[in-house]
Amino acid sequence: MHPVLRLLLPLLFTAAAGATDQSLIAGVFSPPRQAPDFSLSGSNGSELKLQSYRGRVVVLAFGFTSCPDVCPITLATLAQARKKLGADGNELQVVYITVDPERDDAERMRIYLAAFDPTFVGGTGTAGRLDAVRKEYGIAATRRAAGTGYLYAHSSFTYLIDREGKLHALMPYGHSADDYVHDLRILMAK
Amino acid sequence: MNALRRHGFLCAIAIFVIGATAWAGFAPIKPPPREALFEIPQGTWARRMSGSRIEILPAEIRLTLGLRDILVLRNLDDVPQIFGPTLLMPGQSLRLPFAVASSYTFVCTAHLSGQMTIVVDPWPASPRARIRWRVHELLTAKT
Repeated sequence: MHPVLRLLLPLLFTAAAGATDQSLIAGVFSPPRQAPDFSLSGSNGSELKLQSYRGRVVVLAFGFTSCPDVCPITLATLAQARKKLGADGNELQVVYITVDPERDDAERMRIYLAAFDPTFVGGTGTAGRLDAVRKEYGIAATRRAAGTGYLYAHSSFTYLIDREGKLHALMPYGHSADDYVHDLRILMAK
Repeated sequence: MNALRRHGFLCAIAIFVIGATAWAGFAPIKPPPREALFEIPQGTWARRMSGSRIEILPAEIRLTLGLRDILVLRNLDDVPQIFGPTLLMPGQSLRLPFAVASSYTFVCTAHLSGQMTIVVDPWPASPRARIRWRVHELLTAKT
């Protein structure tokens, strides 16, 4: 290879990678950091570790199964996006971590998530362990009284984690399934 | 003669004000850079720890769809900071485009109040909205 070409090629690839990030609809981290791993009780009966999904693109969401609005909309959107991805949907893993360990045990999360998409995996654990995970990801969750029970006001965005386990982007609440498909295809092509 | 001169002067001012208002309301907007950059300076955490009550970011950031609707947050401090919606590592930035006009309130350790609001206004379609947008741009222009 010509020495000049050898020098220019990495620059071109770097520029192309930058252009890809710029074209994401979601918010992009620069540079992306390694997504902190965790060990929680999975709704599928196994230990839930992020590294188990290395090689797939992960959408990481935080919420609770009694959430009246944000969580059902987000999960329905993600289920729709996975369908729209067709066969590529197998390259996607949705991980949903509860902020409400008091009510959300693994079985309750399994039933709740299966109503959206049976491949979605939930994570629960002790309050202390879930606090630590939220801290690592900068997730806010505040318990508030509501009628005779309680609700949580929580961060509503989702994280997009690439195949190498890098925390790549942040999708604010309210985006459509098509927006997710657009960004997930870009991350899957990386 | 003096009255005539005074009237002429007032007429000129009135014509100028009407002309400027019409221009502000109807002239097409030249798009500014779409990115609004906000940085946490290096040493912020250390200064806070030493008791200094510094406010380094506005409590409210205003963006406008289609004009300046991409928020760029950069953490130049030596420690991780919850900045806007997320945790940013030292040296890391987040480029966040907004597509929906709304008011977003986030937890933010960079603020003394621990909170930050981002108001995303709709694209100024009406003459009144354009005037408001231009006045806001004029008042917040960096010198």
